[in-house]
Amino acid sequence: MQRRVVFGNRLLPYLLLAPQVAVTLIFFHWPAAQAIEQSMLLQDAFGLRSQFVWFENFEAVLADPNYLHTVRVTVVFSLAVTVLSMVLALLFAVLADAGIRGRNVYKTLLIWPYALAPAVAAVLWMFIVHPDIGVLGRALNDLGVAWDYRLNDTQALSMVILASAWKQVSYNFIFFLAGLQAIPRSLLEAAAIDGAGAGRRFWTITFPLLSPTTFFLLVVNLVYAFFETFGVIHALTRGGPGKATETLIYRVYVDGVINNDLGGSSAQSVILMLVVVALTALQFRFIERKVHYA
Amino acid sequence: MNSFRRMAVGTTVALVSTAVTMAAGAAHAQQKTVVEFWHGLPQPLGGQLEQLVQDFNKSQDTVQVNPTFKGSYPETMQAAIAAFRAGNAPHIVQMFEVGTATMMAAGPAIKPVYKLLEETGAAIDPKAYLPAVSGYYSTADGKMMAMPFNSSTAIMFYNKDAFRKAGLDPDAPPQTWPALIDAARKLKAAGVACPYTTSWPTWVQFEQFSAIHNLPFATQENGFKGLNAELKINSPLHVKHLQTLIDMQKEGLFKYAGRDNAPDALFPAGECAIQTGSSGLRLRIGKEAKFAWGSAMLPHWPDAKDAPKNGVIGGAAFWVMTAPTRTAEEYKAVAEFFKYLGQPSVDAKWHMDTGYLPITFQGFEQAKAAGFYEKNPGADVPYQQITRTPVTENSRGFRLGNLPEIRNIIQEEMEKAFQGQQSAQQALDNAVQRGNAVLRTFERANRG
Repeated sequence: MQRRVVFGNRLLPYLLLAPQVAVTLIFFHWPAAQAIEQSMLLQDAFGLRSQFVWFENFEAVLADPNYLHTVRVTVVFSLAVTVLSMVLALLFAVLADAGIRGRNVYKTLLIWPYALAPAVAAVLWMFIVHPDIGVLGRALNDLGVAWDYRLNDTQALSMVILASAWKQVSYNFIFFLAGLQAIPRSLLEAAAIDGAGAGRRFWTITFPLLSPTTFFLLVVNLVYAFFETFGVIHALTRGGPGKATETLIYRVYVDGVINNDLGGSSAQSVILMLVVVALTALQFRFIERKVHYA
Repeated sequence: MNSFRRMAVGTTVALVSTAVTMAAGAAHAQQKTVVEFWHGLPQPLGGQLEQLVQDFNKSQDTVQVNPTFKGSYPETMQAAIAAFRAGNAPHIVQMFEVGTATMMAAGPAIKPVYKLLEETGAAIDPKAYLPAVSGYYSTADGKMMAMPFNSSTAIMFYNKDAFRKAGLDPDAPPQTWPALIDAARKLKAAGVACPYTTSWPTWVQFEQFSAIHNLPFATQENGFKGLNAELKINSPLHVKHLQTLIDMQKEGLFKYAGRDNAPDALFPAGECAIQTGSSGLRLRIGKEAKFAWGSAMLPHWPDAKDAPKNGVIGGAAFWVMTAPTRTAEEYKAVAEFFKYLGQPSVDAKWHMDTGYLPITFQGFEQAKAAGFYEKNPGADVPYQQITRTPVTENSRGFRLGNLPEIRNIIQEEMEKAFQGQQSAQQALDNAVQRGNAVLRTFERANRG
């Protein structure tokens, strides 16, 4: 049986919806439409001369070997950030969920990093790992380890991955913990009585029952890695050395804001928009099937 | 609901009080022409600039200049562009030197300074300015497009204590690259972990380097003659120079410490014994360095036949912007402000307060007469370097579209070379190829 709300006035439901629709149109659809328009224009910085060039900006972007390199960096970066932050968060959540002394203290401490803005978090990381002014960076160099992320692709990429994942662990931790607490104790106890060990209980009961949470976090973390890690990269490496830590979103910024190439930057935004739409659709279509909603 | 009401009341109060303040401000400035001025200088320099503007406001009672800090230079540029597109650009915007080509190509968005002076009858003599300064902001035939203001150049700082320790003469800084390499070896032997580093890798090692060695950075007189310029930084001497830096790095004589001004802290902290960077770094070194130090001109290669020439400037200039509602009265007010800035006394004071170059000959003379260079030995090095020789077509400056992007490209390719991923020749060939693509896009977008 479906519940239906009946409005006395026919206009009222539309009126109630209007603010939300207006916000979506003004703040999401309008800029998106502008980006699509801009992506087919060749313009000078001041917008004085404008030519319609069809898909030339897209061709230029897709034919650029540096862009394809950036795509590869983004894939590696996003997967690494997502996997690392989720695995660590799950581990911490399972531990904090166990009956250990002072678990409330652990919980609070683990949630703290989430309160930091990405840029601030990145600056804190810099004070730790910078080869000249960072505590750890200097110590490494004094020990004879050639640590210098300004001139080492692998070190730079690992560092931004670590900093971005670290920032997201807290968020994932909260959700995993809530998910764990929602699992009925009786199921776990019954399994224990039947002789299932801790590992077996986790993989056959806890993990499947956590899958809605895991799935939700997968989507959220991928979007985070794609779009919200700008501050970390900007503060730590600015995409360097070379283009070793330049992700797609960072390049949109560089081309649009620093290089004044609005057409190219918009074309990249549109590509990014399509990628995310496709990614989300894929996730809901294929991964969600395996998700176990209780 | 209660909180909503409180919020509504709060907002109303805020709006009303803003309106009242604005009305009061308008009434106060009624008889004055207001000039909006956006700048990109953070503290403490921004404060000194605003003080200078206040001095101007107090010096007369017809014009009121309102300075506003808009973030870094690129952010200020973005803000000005966005404001122009919305039809309310500021009267004056401070723009970094690498934005010159973009501004010059902006056509109706800007009012060239020579035109402003013609229309308002204000007199500012371009010849009063150092040629390396006025040349940068003038057309190929010498018409001033922007009002030069805060200009710097790149020089070398060295640690005298470290020099003594390494058995080097603290009063004879290296003048050539072979001499610098030699000094770096001795410094390293004396236990200095970082003998030499550089700030602004592209500006110092390529832009200044090209000017000093009288090599073209790009064709078409570094872009002054047309939008169809192409980069020339893969010449044999450029390649040799980058290869030298790579070899020095391998030998532990040179440290690449990041892009733009990121390496600035290394010299004042005593980490690196020699650093090339902006002359503006002097102020910070004076405050932070706990050792004896000196400054000198940038080194050159003695086998280059035309070296050394004058260096080029960095820093920023003031551009006049247009808007649909702008009146002749307002342009006149802008010209008044510029006339004030053009005075040698204002120039000399700014130079002595901030460490930027004196940009007029008379400004330098006034600072000299005030005993500034006796009290601050070496503070005249930037001036000497920028006026060392007559300006050539290679040392006048750069008029290249999207130069900030090209600077980054060169830094990226250098970083790959320093990691051993490519040779010096490959790095510069790549930089030229990628840079030319940027120039072609700019040419297409700004044609006609």
